[in-house]
Amino acid sequence: MAIDFLYPQYEVVRNMDRCITCRACERQCANEVHKYDVDFGYMTSDESKCVACHRCVSLCPTRALKIVKTDHTFKENANWTGKAISEVYRQAGSGGVLLSSMGNPEPYPIYWDKMLINASQVTNPSIDPLREPMETRTFLGKKPGQIQRDANGKLVNNLSPQLELNVPVMFSAMSYGSISYNAHASLARAAAELGTYYNTGEGGLHQDFYQYGAHTIVQVASGRFGVHKDYLEAGAAIEIKMGQGAKPGIGGHLPGLKVGPDISRTRMIPEGTDAISPAPHHDIYSIEDLRQLVFSLKEATEYQKPVMVKIAAVHNVAAIASGVARSGADIICIDGYRGGTGAAPTRIRDNVGIPIELALAAVDQRLRDEGIRDKVSIVIGGSVRNSGDLVKAIALGADAVYIATAALLALGCHLCRTCQAGKCNWGIATQRPELVKRLNPDIGCRRLVNLVTAWDHELKEMMGGMGINSIEALRGNRLMLRGLGLNQKELDILGIKHAGE
Amino acid sequence: MLLKEGQVRIPAGCAISGIFHKDGKRENGENIIKSIAAMHDRSNGLGGGFAAYGIYPEYKDDYAFHLFYDSPKAKEECENYLKEYFEIISMAKIPTRRHPRITDEPMIFRYFLQPLRTALEFSQLDEREFVAQRVIFANKNIEGAYIFSSGKNVGVFKANGFPEDVGEYYMLENYEAYSWTCHGRYPTNTPGWWGGAHPFALLDCTVVHNGEISSYDANRRFIEMFGYSCDLLTDTEVITYIIDYLGRKLGLTYQEIANVIAAPFWSTIAQKEPEERERLTYLRNAFASLMVTGPFSILVGFEGGLMALNDRLKLRSMVVGQKDETVYIASEECAIRVVEQNLDSIRAPRGGEAVIVKLNEEGR
Amino acid sequence: MKRVYVDEKWCLGCHLCEYYCAFANSGKSSMVKALKDHKIAPRIKIEERNNISFAVSCRHCEDPLCVKGCISGALQIVDGAVHIDSEKCVGCCTCILSCPYGALSHSEQGAVQKCELCQKNEFGQPMCVQGCPNKAIVYEER
Repeated sequence: MAIDFLYPQYEVVRNMDRCITCRACERQCANEVHKYDVDFGYMTSDESKCVACHRCVSLCPTRALKIVKTDHTFKENANWTGKAISEVYRQAGSGGVLLSSMGNPEPYPIYWDKMLINASQVTNPSIDPLREPMETRTFLGKKPGQIQRDANGKLVNNLSPQLELNVPVMFSAMSYGSISYNAHASLARAAAELGTYYNTGEGGLHQDFYQYGAHTIVQVASGRFGVHKDYLEAGAAIEIKMGQGAKPGIGGHLPGLKVGPDISRTRMIPEGTDAISPAPHHDIYSIEDLRQLVFSLKEATEYQKPVMVKIAAVHNVAAIASGVARSGADIICIDGYRGGTGAAPTRIRDNVGIPIELALAAVDQRLRDEGIRDKVSIVIGGSVRNSGDLVKAIALGADAVYIATAALLALGCHLCRTCQAGKCNWGIATQRPELVKRLNPDIGCRRLVNLVTAWDHELKEMMGGMGINSIEALRGNRLMLRGLGLNQKELDILGIKHAGE
Repeated sequence: MLLKEGQVRIPAGCAISGIFHKDGKRENGENIIKSIAAMHDRSNGLGGGFAAYGIYPEYKDDYAFHLFYDSPKAKEECENYLKEYFEIISMAKIPTRRHPRITDEPMIFRYFLQPLRTALEFSQLDEREFVAQRVIFANKNIEGAYIFSSGKNVGVFKANGFPEDVGEYYMLENYEAYSWTCHGRYPTNTPGWWGGAHPFALLDCTVVHNGEISSYDANRRFIEMFGYSCDLLTDTEVITYIIDYLGRKLGLTYQEIANVIAAPFWSTIAQKEPEERERLTYLRNAFASLMVTGPFSILVGFEGGLMALNDRLKLRSMVVGQKDETVYIASEECAIRVVEQNLDSIRAPRGGEAVIVKLNEEGR
Repeated sequence: MKRVYVDEKWCLGCHLCEYYCAFANSGKSSMVKALKDHKIAPRIKIEERNNISFAVSCRHCEDPLCVKGCISGALQIVDGAVHIDSEKCVGCCTCILSCPYGALSHSEQGAVQKCELCQKNEFGQPMCVQGCPNKAIVYEER
């Protein structure tokens, strides 16, 4: 119907002087935007199908293609923007919930970009990481807070199970199902090579990846997909997913069309069924219930593995984190509102939750105020975009960070935010075999290792600049940060001074 | 107006020196003053101080509190507070001599105290914790009063000025100690508040420190979880609290404390024998947030002993000399040679290597 | 010796290798100049049916039938690679018939063409390998 017509957001611009009609664009576009017109003898395009994933642009051997934002416009209106109007049209036509993917793209403030990092001058020498040791190894887990000695006075190792990270960056939860086999293979291999961990997400662990168990965090979410004893025992740690930054308050969604034979077997659900996780864990309606699940999982794995609890950054996150810390969890993972997702209701993704920077600062301070910061490690995620964000996160008080969007970008993701369609041209958020094979794990693993290694180098450079040669000394070291353009309330929450102070 | 310690963080460079008699022989303050005077250029006249162990044998079972008062009102308020928790065995002005370069002096008093038995029992704390909490509370909450020494049979003497002048001012030739430590300060922007000078002390633990630690806020925010309040915002204060926490509260030995605050690099730990490797890994992991990085050399005085420690990279100079039963430790060799020319040995300890000396049989 | 190997597991059937090959051997300075409005005759070709695809080019056999059968001595092994001297080629096509892989073909210039690992053109490295977006074609020692 004409009333439903929406002009495409993006246009495919083809430089006909350059196009050699090799048809790579046509063959590579799962959305069928490009087509060779035999009669005309040239390529044509249907931009209404274009999601701006840039697969064609990246592969075009003569750089004949680009994707531009359309200049077609509604009448200018600062309140009823084109986006707002279009969404009304879509919902009036479908009667459905709007779905989106990846993290909140709205122009809310980015606190990372309003904090600046310190460096040594004169009174304290900066340290050159090329010439001196610079240590980023991190242990996650509960610290004992007291010592024990044996009969001979020798210190007894009374530490709870710990995770050892060569670099304070882990790959956060993305389920097999929401992303492809090859994406998981890339993450698992990269985690092993880097000496860190990747997270299975809530979709179980494919049999082929049990070999990477020592670098795997297995997740238990409200749907309990793929959870069984061998699964719990396969990982180095177990993460209970209470919430996700992209969609606090609701559970995971995997459309049935993504549930093929392999996913079905791994998740232990019938082929083709929608995998909709319940919004809460139906055995956790309060904090004391969480404690029971934490200890059930510890019992099941004979107290050999740390248990992590992942929560979304919501308004009273500090109080929640304090409760979680007292629930027996070894590690708290906090996911900010910019965190990604394979599919979420647009309104929830764009309106629910709070920035991870503020959540982290509040949680870290709260746990210190209560004297229990040492009883639990803090891992944060939800849009750590580069090593600058990483340094700031650690200085605010994080033990380590989770990255996922950045990891997907390394694998080729162009943030077209159409994961829910299952037609990812980069072979990441899809289960179609001909698309999955586009992600060669040899390349994917290498790029992930490169990315994290590069960040580690930069982290070391910045630490050295601050005169710090061990990551422990950066953790919670908020004097190393200054705010820029923040009001007093924001500075107080972040626990930092303004630049110039 | 310049902000004083506690209102702003003030980085500083410095000189340190220490003399320790393992046989318990006591000497007066002349040598330690001579030693620190040799390093005059490492101070800038904005702070100097001394710690002396074994100087109050007649009051050795009492807590010796040294206090600065800005006003009679502060003195009255603080004494009222002390009387709630302690029996005052003796009190007096600390004797000083007029000195042309030591000015703006506060009121300086000394008290010998015993905790009130009823107050101690009511607190359900062990005695040392009880005393430590009172010191921390008073320093945080009583305006114009500052307890800068609080151990048994130990005394801290400090002021705004060059350390050799401070020594003369306090008439240290009249005190006899088996262990002396001393500090000359080179702060960047202090107005010269007396309390900001070193040593920093809590109970019998005194610290003099040369350096500026980069881990300050990480250490501060962690240690404050355990009832400490870092009010001076100085490195020395936080290091003192870390040592107090690890040693007095958790029961680590000084060697173990050194392995926490100047933990070896992981690459070094990897080369150790399995048992030592496990011990060092445990200490570094379990107390990760108490690792101190950035340049420092410290002298930690405690009852019956002295520990010298450098940061892991040895970014501050420190040498150790020995002559018979006497150990000399200083930022520069000249500061040792000036008081003892015929040393049996002299060496520069490696970064992170703790030098711990204790009274021997005869000294105890 | 380093050879071009293909792995159908990662071949996406995008045919870019063919275009890079055609460009590499065109002698032109840009791909547009070389291939615009031009039907390509590359030395590497994608074979595909259903969801399986892979690239085929000369395997540089250790004991090549094409060289054995060449009546003019135009095909020769140089440092392990099979090269063709088009000056000597008489166009008898025996090699095309005898290659079990179908790796030789007619050339636009009249003689026979085959993959020479881009050693005779300005690139010096096989361009099909450079142009493959998924490492389905690799140039390595095995």
